[in-house]
Amino acid sequence: MATTPSPIKSSDGKGLSVPKFPKDGPPPITVKNLTMAYGTFVLMKDVNFTVNHGDIFIIMGGSGSGKSTLLRHMLGLIEPAKGEVWYGDFNFTRGEPLEREEMLRHFGVLYQGGALWSSMTLAENVGLPLGEFTDLSEPEILEVASLKLALVGLKGFEGYYPSQISGGMQKRAGLARAIALDPEILFFDEPSAGLDPISSRLLDDLILELRDNLGATIVVVTHELASIFAIGNNSVFLDAESRTVIAQGDPKDLLAHSTDHRVQTFLTRGGEDAEKSARNHG
Amino acid sequence: MQAIKQSQPSGELSFARSDNSTLVVRLSGDWHLRHGLPGPDLVLKQLDTAPKPARLTFDAAGLGDWDSGLLTFLMGVSEICHTRKLPADWSPLPEGVRGLMQLAEAVPEKTGARHEAAHSSFIEQLGREAISFARSLDEFLSFLGEVTLAFARLAVGKARFRRVDLMIVIQDCGANAFGIVTLVTFLVGVILAFEGAVQLQQFGATIFVADLVGIAMTRDMGAMMAAIIMAGRTGAAFAAQLGSMKVTQEIDALTTMGISPLEFLVLPRVTALFLMIPLLCVFADCMGVAGGAFVSVTMLHTSLRSYLIETKHAITLTMFFGGLFKAAVYGIIIAVAGCLRGFQCGNSSSAVGDAATKAVVTGIVYVIVACGIFAFVFNVLGI
Ligand SMILES: Nc1ncnc2c1ncn2[C@@H]1O[C@H](COP(=O)(O)OP(=O)(O)O)[C@@H](O)[C@H]1O
Ligand SMILES: [Mg+2]
Repeated sequence: MATTPSPIKSSDGKGLSVPKFPKDGPPPITVKNLTMAYGTFVLMKDVNFTVNHGDIFIIMGGSGSGKSTLLRHMLGLIEPAKGEVWYGDFNFTRGEPLEREEMLRHFGVLYQGGALWSSMTLAENVGLPLGEFTDLSEPEILEVASLKLALVGLKGFEGYYPSQISGGMQKRAGLARAIALDPEILFFDEPSAGLDPISSRLLDDLILELRDNLGATIVVVTHELASIFAIGNNSVFLDAESRTVIAQGDPKDLLAHSTDHRVQTFLTRGGEDAEKSARNHG
Repeated sequence: MQAIKQSQPSGELSFARSDNSTLVVRLSGDWHLRHGLPGPDLVLKQLDTAPKPARLTFDAAGLGDWDSGLLTFLMGVSEICHTRKLPADWSPLPEGVRGLMQLAEAVPEKTGARHEAAHSSFIEQLGREAISFARSLDEFLSFLGEVTLAFARLAVGKARFRRVDLMIVIQDCGANAFGIVTLVTFLVGVILAFEGAVQLQQFGATIFVADLVGIAMTRDMGAMMAAIIMAGRTGAAFAAQLGSMKVTQEIDALTTMGISPLEFLVLPRVTALFLMIPLLCVFADCMGVAGGAFVSVTMLHTSLRSYLIETKHAITLTMFFGGLFKAAVYGIIIAVAGCLRGFQCGNSSSAVGDAATKAVVTGIVYVIVACGIFAFVFNVLGI
């Protein structure tokens, strides 16, 4: 896969080719003073961070700390109780619905369970955004969809329905759909959860390659230590108890320099232990 | 030293006072969950009897086997001590018990997470129900408004959905519903004819059974029966489909792709039901008349020919199209109610079932409300 000369970019130039987030522009994502709440239950207060071009940004924390919720806020699926999310110089939280919708087309999202549309085949799943937002013809769409599926190792599964493939394959198909429009920002919610160690390694490699070939900025929610150190170059650590961000920066630096015992415990205890303790507290 | 012995199905609980200010809770025997639990209220009772103890301790010398039963009891006691700010000495308990208790107490209870049991008077409940009905009507109407706007966008070519989705729904709520509609409306025709015949026979006017059945079916019953069947069949299915799409985040996936779930999922469903229900209604009218004819011919010895001629005289085109119009409106109501309940579905599989149930209830209630309004309006218009 590594030898293919950046095939992801080859959507005939009919895709979204003008970069929304130029390299010399403002940072692609800025979260300002975000407070997240479900009703009156405040989950996290005063979350602040910036994601730079080409970052693989990790959102980490124990289970139930609000990682998925943070992602949903960033995607506009939940409105923040306070604070704002900015993409480049666009205030996403205060934006007009149509502008927000337009902005969302520059994103790709992989949900925790894949979230494939169950009434459509894999090719239709990947092809839907292509059909909606490009001028490609039907056969061209199928061609691009097959390419995206091949990139995630699902060549030959175009005609399968989501219910006919395994959970890991559904996740990869979800990834193929997420990169259908060559997005500039990718969001992954627990990409390797529930995958075997080898598939999970392959997925990490794939994420790195997407960053390098697509030039995408990537936000990953995960609590797998192996992934955190293998791919992450920036991060925030959400702590459920204090309901705040208690650390941010390159995970390797955090491991080397953080004096906070909660961060140290999380980053040093094996993935399995962290899982276990997370489960006990979740 | 006084000791009160409480015989319990599981283990034994007794109390003693070591001095005037300390209550000793004595645990003995085997404490097994499956043999029932003594409640911590026994401890509460002790705490309230004079002399009121200022401390609490345990005696576990006679304790045999134990499981979560003992733990549950002790957690109850711990909570009592906590609320009464009563110091307790847990050290006499076995180490395993203390370890587990620590573990259970380590997680602070999430505030607002526990549902408090609602105790309310009849009047209060009535008020709540009324408010929630008003709110649900409000939600329904604003969702209907959104759907209308989406149709407006569709009309000017700004909204899109997949044609195959429309075709699939059309097949499901059109062709696939024929069987049940046939059965039910034929029987409704039979029932109407029977009821009418019993009365009309007294006057020797059995031929008017045809008028009764024909008018009833075309004016109201055809549309109504089709609507009720579709609410139970298709409205529930819409809610379950959209609800489970919500649970698996498929709807989120549409939203974050910049595709409006309202346009993509709701428009084809509403369109399909809007188009199909009038057809089902025509069919229902015919089947009802057939049911009436069946009774008349076999039991009242009317000839089929005169039955049909009488029916033709009785029914007017206005009635017929009025019925179709009503059916179309019912179709929109049912589809919108189903989709709304699906979108409102919670994040679990049991919520999907609830959504389906609510969709049926909402659909039928609003159909009947609409039917009442139609009856009034048609009456005023003299139709
Ligand atoms: N729809 C919801 N309504 C109310 N509370 C929720 C909802 N979804 C999640 N929560 C609460 O928010 C917290 C964080 O959830 P989540 O963001 O899914 O955690 P994570 O992804 O870090 O495991 C949990 O404690 C959960 O109880
Ligand atoms: Mg999560």
